[in-house]
Amino acid sequence: MNAPRATTKPARYADRIRRVTSASGIEAWLVEDYTVPIVALEFRIEGGAVQDPADKPGTAYLLSGLIDEGAGPYDSTAFHERLDDFAIELNFGADRDGFSGTLRTLAKHRGEAFEMLRLAVNEARLDEEPIERVRAQIAAGLRHESTDPDVMANRAWFETAFAGHPYARPTKGTLETLPLIGREDLVAFRARVLARSDLKIGVVGAIDADTLARELDRVFGDLPARAHRTEVSFGAPAGLGTRKVIDFDIPQASIRFGGPSIRRNDPDWLAAVVVNHILGGGAFSSRLFREVREKRGLAYSVYSQLAPFEHGSIFVGGTSTKNERAAESLAIIEAEIASLAEKGPTDEELATAKKYLTGSYALRFDTSTKLAGQLVQIQADDLGIDYMDRRNDLVNAVTAEDARRTAQRLFGDGRIFTTVVGRPVGL
Amino acid sequence: MNVSSSSGPAAVETQAGPAISSVTLPNGMQVVVIPDHRTPVVTHMVWYRNGSADDPLGKSGIAHFLEHLMFKGTEKHPQGAFSDKVTELGGQENAFTSLDYTAYFQRVAREHLRTMMEFEADRMTGLVLSDDVVAPERDVVLEERRMRTETDPGAQLGEAVSAALFAHHPYGTPIIGWMHEIEDLDREDALAYYRRFYTPENAILVVAGDVTTEEVVAHAEATYGRIPPRGEAPVRRRPKEPEIRAARIVKLADPKVEQPSLQRCWIVPSYTTAAPGEAEALEVMLQILSAPQTGRLHKRLVLDKRIAVAAGGWYQSTAVDPSRLLLYAVPLPGTDLDTLGTALDEVVAELARDGVTDKELQRAKTRLVADAAYAQDSQASLARMYGSALATGSSIADVEHWPEAVEAVTAADVMEAAKKLDPRRAVTGQLLKDEAA
Repeated sequence: MNAPRATTKPARYADRIRRVTSASGIEAWLVEDYTVPIVALEFRIEGGAVQDPADKPGTAYLLSGLIDEGAGPYDSTAFHERLDDFAIELNFGADRDGFSGTLRTLAKHRGEAFEMLRLAVNEARLDEEPIERVRAQIAAGLRHESTDPDVMANRAWFETAFAGHPYARPTKGTLETLPLIGREDLVAFRARVLARSDLKIGVVGAIDADTLARELDRVFGDLPARAHRTEVSFGAPAGLGTRKVIDFDIPQASIRFGGPSIRRNDPDWLAAVVVNHILGGGAFSSRLFREVREKRGLAYSVYSQLAPFEHGSIFVGGTSTKNERAAESLAIIEAEIASLAEKGPTDEELATAKKYLTGSYALRFDTSTKLAGQLVQIQADDLGIDYMDRRNDLVNAVTAEDARRTAQRLFGDGRIFTTVVGRPVGL
Repeated sequence: MNVSSSSGPAAVETQAGPAISSVTLPNGMQVVVIPDHRTPVVTHMVWYRNGSADDPLGKSGIAHFLEHLMFKGTEKHPQGAFSDKVTELGGQENAFTSLDYTAYFQRVAREHLRTMMEFEADRMTGLVLSDDVVAPERDVVLEERRMRTETDPGAQLGEAVSAALFAHHPYGTPIIGWMHEIEDLDREDALAYYRRFYTPENAILVVAGDVTTEEVVAHAEATYGRIPPRGEAPVRRRPKEPEIRAARIVKLADPKVEQPSLQRCWIVPSYTTAAPGEAEALEVMLQILSAPQTGRLHKRLVLDKRIAVAAGGWYQSTAVDPSRLLLYAVPLPGTDLDTLGTALDEVVAELARDGVTDKELQRAKTRLVADAAYAQDSQASLARMYGSALATGSSIADVEHWPEAVEAVTAADVMEAAKKLDPRRAVTGQLLKDEAA
């Protein structure tokens, strides 16, 4: 019994993913699976906070908090009691670029669950009571965050780097703008943005294609065919080579840094993923982890990531280090970025990164919920239904030359824009 | 997982869950296998039955510090070799320290399980520490504490509330340790703690994923099984908490507080210390009070009285010793925290006095039992669920029969559970803005 069981070659993902199109033309990608008796659905519609009226940031976010606060025949309490009675999990959210929803239900309550989703999507009541209540909840959150150093550094970064662009506005709005958002603004946003165009849906679990097709029409069929989004210009972060220090009486400096990146549809995208992984990606082997944390003990957390927003692609990173050593931490981070920009990664770094990124890919969608999210993301990025099968080959195809070129494209001359919250010494 | 059926619209019928198996190796190490054949990956975890509550007096934070130091290499695999291997295999890894346990895990493609077991078994006894790696890692932990606590008044209040609630028992000491004691932790402290607790008798192997019991046991015998037994498992020596018959109020006022909040907490039985059904009744009672949109706290404080923006609670039910249950409320501007506290007490008292409706009771159970069904969707969640239960003294059967035990909770049980939340013995935490500063 010592020999491991022979590894069966996993079936192609594309064979498991089915494109389901409803009678009225609504498309969803489905992975039908009865191992666990649940159904997970995620949908995403383009147009999030970036579509907020310029003087009313926080509109999309407030709307996302109200979609499940009463719909159709149910007021807020009745709606939530019904969800709990059937153990249905229904959540909505808005980020910079999109409006999204997730549904998770036991298979036997699928009918009730889809009906609740239909009501929320089409018939959210937007009653005055929940509007004021949710507004007060968001305001409490904003007050709380207003002295959280990490949030402060992040907000300051976007405000300055994207000055004049919608990305400068906070997704949740501000204590000043939140009271300005009226019911009519929420209704207008919903009418303008929530539409069948640019709607992406992923479904995983105990449901067959025919049933799903009918449910798609029921839930999303009555949405307007087209959205009427405002044009948003493509932005690029400003302030490269500068730092902004925000004085705050705490013993540790919270640091955010970043710069422009390449877009998701750029041919060098996966090379950029590889380069970022080497700089400050998730594993314990990244340059920032080794230099800042492991060798010098300067910080607990240090990372970088790519954020391919629809209207302005960036890389951002962060760390927190005691005030006395903040300058040292930042100097090391800047040196690592400059070194990658100038020389690119070593062959060994490249090989290790590719092994990690390809080997860990399957871990990203090992639950129904995660897989449904992945199906939505691949559709939103327009990568094709066979992308999950091709992706590791694409990562493996990244050459040393690709990595060098892309590091140069990402980090240019190594200049970054940095915000620091705290009392950093020497910055 | 067998779930009993009951009436009502959301009755959970019998549903086949994974067939969990458990064996004990000759050296005393327990091996638990949770099959999940949906994707060819495995979650490999080793749990040690020791956490921050087992830190020696004056050495707070040593369990957590050692967890960091466990990544510093062994005689056989020098610093970085294990992590490099995990990375090379495309795996994910991490570790965590809790009050009662410390756990290490990797998630890898199924064919790499044996390799992970070899490395993890090696570091159960082979750890090598030099002052060169201990000193910077202690700085990392100090930065971790600065990040989580020293810059956050809410976290500082939380520590003070815990210290007041557990006047004597080590649950009152933060997992990460007190700043001044972390600063003094050294290599010898770490190794002494390591030698005491990192033994096969004290460890539980949990493997969830695309594997069979036979192959996991075979691999375990060839790796962990080669570690000599110590003769017996280490004993957790913890002082018992006295019965404190006093209400305590802990206030923290800081100029950085822009949003005040209130918490009330109590020491209550955990699954390990409770009488049969008692902890389940506390769970159901808490669900009735604190469900996010349908709980009584939300209905009374947020919807009816309009004095709070949010209210809820949690119960640290998986614990070796009597544990804590906490309720909280966030006031609307203009509500003072004393008023809010009185209103919160009334909600609890009403539940203890008048009980629950059948509908409320069924709704709470439905919601709780569904979590067991949803957990089947994630092998990592299942591994954590079983690992934490076993590491705190529950059995596999306890976890498997949990849905039935929840279904068996009666309205009278809920009233009894609510009576445990006596305001005259509660510890109250108030987070306030320091207006004078």
